Amino acid sequence: MFIANTKENQKEMLEKIGVSSIEELLRQIPSGFLHPSLDLPAALTEEELTTHLRDLAAKNKPLKNFIGAGMYEHFIPAAVPALSSRGEFLTAYTPYQAEASQGTLQTIYEFQSASCALMNMGVATASHYDGATALAEAVLASARITGRKEILISTLLHPHYKEVLQTYTRHMGLTIVEAKVQINGTLSLKELQTQLSDKTACFVLQTPNFLGNLEDASAVSAAVHAVNALLVAVVNPISLGVVQTPGEYNADFAVCEGQPLGNPMSFGGPGLGILTAKESYVRQLPGRMVGIAKDHDGRRAFVLTLQAREQHIRREKAASNICSNEALCALNAVIYLTLLGPQGLKEVAELNLERAHQLADLINTVPGFKAGTGAPFFNEFLVQCPVPAHQVIEKLEEKGIAAGYDLGRLCAPMTNCLLVCATELRTEDDLKAYVDALRGI
Amino acid sequence: MQEILVQNELSIEKSRSGRRGIRYAQVHKHAADYLPDGYLRKQEPHLPEMSEFDTVRHFTRLSQQNYCLDGQFYPLGSCTMKYNPKSYDVLSALPSFANAHPFAPENAVQGTLEILYNLQELLKKITGLSAFTLQPAAGAHGELTGILTARAYHNATGGQDRTQVIVPDTAHGTNPATAHMAGYEVINIKSAPNGCVDKEALQAALSEKTAVVMLTVPNTVGLFEPDIREIADMVHNAGALLYMDGANFNALIGLAKPADFGVDIMHLNLHKTFAAPHGGGGPGSGPVGAAAHVAPYLPKPIVTLQDGRYTFTETAESLGKMKAFYGNIAVCIRGYCYLRQFDAATLKEIAENAILNANYIRSLLKGKFNAFFDCNCMHECVLSINPAEMNGVHTSDIAKRLLDYGFYAPTIYFPLIVPEALMIEPTETENKEMLDAFVAAMERIYEEIKTDPQIVKDAPHHHPVKRIDEVSAARNPNLHW
Repeated sequence: MFIANTKENQKEMLEKIGVSSIEELLRQIPSGFLHPSLDLPAALTEEELTTHLRDLAAKNKPLKNFIGAGMYEHFIPAAVPALSSRGEFLTAYTPYQAEASQGTLQTIYEFQSASCALMNMGVATASHYDGATALAEAVLASARITGRKEILISTLLHPHYKEVLQTYTRHMGLTIVEAKVQINGTLSLKELQTQLSDKTACFVLQTPNFLGNLEDASAVSAAVHAVNALLVAVVNPISLGVVQTPGEYNADFAVCEGQPLGNPMSFGGPGLGILTAKESYVRQLPGRMVGIAKDHDGRRAFVLTLQAREQHIRREKAASNICSNEALCALNAVIYLTLLGPQGLKEVAELNLERAHQLADLINTVPGFKAGTGAPFFNEFLVQCPVPAHQVIEKLEEKGIAAGYDLGRLCAPMTNCLLVCATELRTEDDLKAYVDALRGI
Repeated sequence: MQEILVQNELSIEKSRSGRRGIRYAQVHKHAADYLPDGYLRKQEPHLPEMSEFDTVRHFTRLSQQNYCLDGQFYPLGSCTMKYNPKSYDVLSALPSFANAHPFAPENAVQGTLEILYNLQELLKKITGLSAFTLQPAAGAHGELTGILTARAYHNATGGQDRTQVIVPDTAHGTNPATAHMAGYEVINIKSAPNGCVDKEALQAALSEKTAVVMLTVPNTVGLFEPDIREIADMVHNAGALLYMDGANFNALIGLAKPADFGVDIMHLNLHKTFAAPHGGGGPGSGPVGAAAHVAPYLPKPIVTLQDGRYTFTETAESLGKMKAFYGNIAVCIRGYCYLRQFDAATLKEIAENAILNANYIRSLLKGKFNAFFDCNCMHECVLSINPAEMNGVHTSDIAKRLLDYGFYAPTIYFPLIVPEALMIEPTETENKEMLDAFVAAMERIYEEIKTDPQIVKDAPHHHPVKRIDEVSAARNPNLHW
């Protein structure tokens, strides 16, 4: 089945090699290691495997999803998986042989271009593992560029991003300091100004922040640049259909989790790290990039370029150790953005804004619940509940609804706070069902 | 002939103002009604405007300019381009798996958690290690996870002053780059003349400063380290940990368990040995396993089974998180499918046939293209050529000429210790006829080198583009439209 050689083939091949058995080829492995006992289950046929996986899938309970918190359920047009699942894309390797990989290379070039367009930034890489690792790489690049050691981050940065950032910076001599928040669930600009200094390598701004609130990015940017630190923005890519872009507020780096662009949530992975920067930082960027070159006849062609930054050339002096990235997820994203175009992106963003604000308004009609913090938000917002958030989640789960993210997981004072998201996929009926369920608590 | 349809026109060049690919429901209010003016996007994104059909045709035509495993033999050494079963594509994308939110209540994702738990268990069984994390998104990410796990172990056990990681000169570039990213000093050691670890050089490099020794097994010249157990003892006697880069595990699966070698930490590549597709460069998945004494330091969380329920668990000693959420789950599901489709005896046959196929190619090419080390190899063979004896033809020329014959090229110029290297990994899923055809193409190229070397030097001839001047791209980078 999986092994192509028949017994007859094997015999002929062994003869050509000049050995009498496969065992003879294994002699380099000390015999004490060979043929250990392996307590593995019996092999399943394809049919049995299919049944087994379908049974496992049935153990997952489909819930009407109102959770965001870093992964978002959006409509994925059928053309996206139809195209990206073509074997020519799916089963190709990293495009090392450019002449036989022009398809993959051009799609990466278009992905980089679409990422720059989305963010209004000057350069983009070919992708990273996810938003959190893209952020970590941008922060490491910021420290290299500025030669400074302090990383100031928004307290309202996604908790997983904070943890990943800790992991990536802990052993690099960098320290992380959190910037304070004001009562409406956004950054305190005043406090930020006192915390910024000539030691600050960069400030990490997430907008919308982890509570869903949009930050005053222009004001933050001015404060950060006043001390010659770099601004690293973490954004929601769908929000950029309507929300001010990192390029417009002069961010130095802008990263995001690109999953919302045509990729399923898949229980958190694969994700898609999009990393963009001002063009002047191009040689400080980690990971692959595709550029335009000329072939022997002077025709346009696409190649992996600026590889002198990368591990296979520079080894321990490389900007990063990244090799495999998330090419197929990047392909989904560029197909998605090509289908949507500027108008579709604006429409889907407005639909997210509308559904989330409709839901917030509806929730505010339920006694004891309060949606929003007074700050502008995109498709996600905080809800203060009369009971602990986990109780709301349990109650709504009984009605087939995933109510949101329990902010009590972050800190005790937020025990009664729920983070709720409504994308374009949540219909007005869904919103009504959600609020009806809340009324039953 | 003048081209009428431009082959590589960009989507943005096909864009026409007002063309639409998708339409969304009407909104009642607009962004300006919800957000302050200063928060609004002012400049429309420079994205193409195309119909759905234009988009489908654009990307379909691009796909047709690719070689891919489904279409071509892909003997890319160290990349294990084995067949990716179609059933795994379907099963890993079942809606209940694809639509699961990572913060969904655990009750609602018991099926996914069960798969992850059982995958951890299966990986433990085939390696002999005590625990696995599925969090790393790729092989290099697994390496970083492994080295940071070692670092957390040393920090907790009095090894804070261990500041060095030893890496042989045959290692993949990711190994030294990883050690550097983990904040370690990289000590490179030369290999012995037989391509394996030079034990004297290793002993000389080992000290109370050594945190980790990173080894690829089988190594990148396609050979098994015969003294691996002795090497492990040397490493452990110095108080360091042995890290195994498992990129080449396809040679060993079912045949030998790394824990028996004395390995403390290793990563596996689900997108190599475990048949997940490469997707043009990713996503991969690089689970990391650890022996019992190191296991508590792995990233958090891992999946455990408690009272019949699958749940996420964290250890206090954990190094923290390597990425948001839990790993490339869709790739993990494919890895699980693979390990359920084959029993222990078949996994062993898989490794054996991977080894058989590599040796078959090596034997047939002998005399024209010789292996750098003239001995039996594991799952890949590394050839070396001397351009002076080949009418000035280089490895890169042979690689391009292979494209003309309908084969993807082997990995070239790696490992670095082999001059003009061609690293060929056929995998067990290729049949003898394909291997014979590949050998025939190599023999044809050999004849061309002798009689008409220019045709090889100018290759490829039958592709959408001719030989590309890669330097031209780096000089004035054009990285977006």
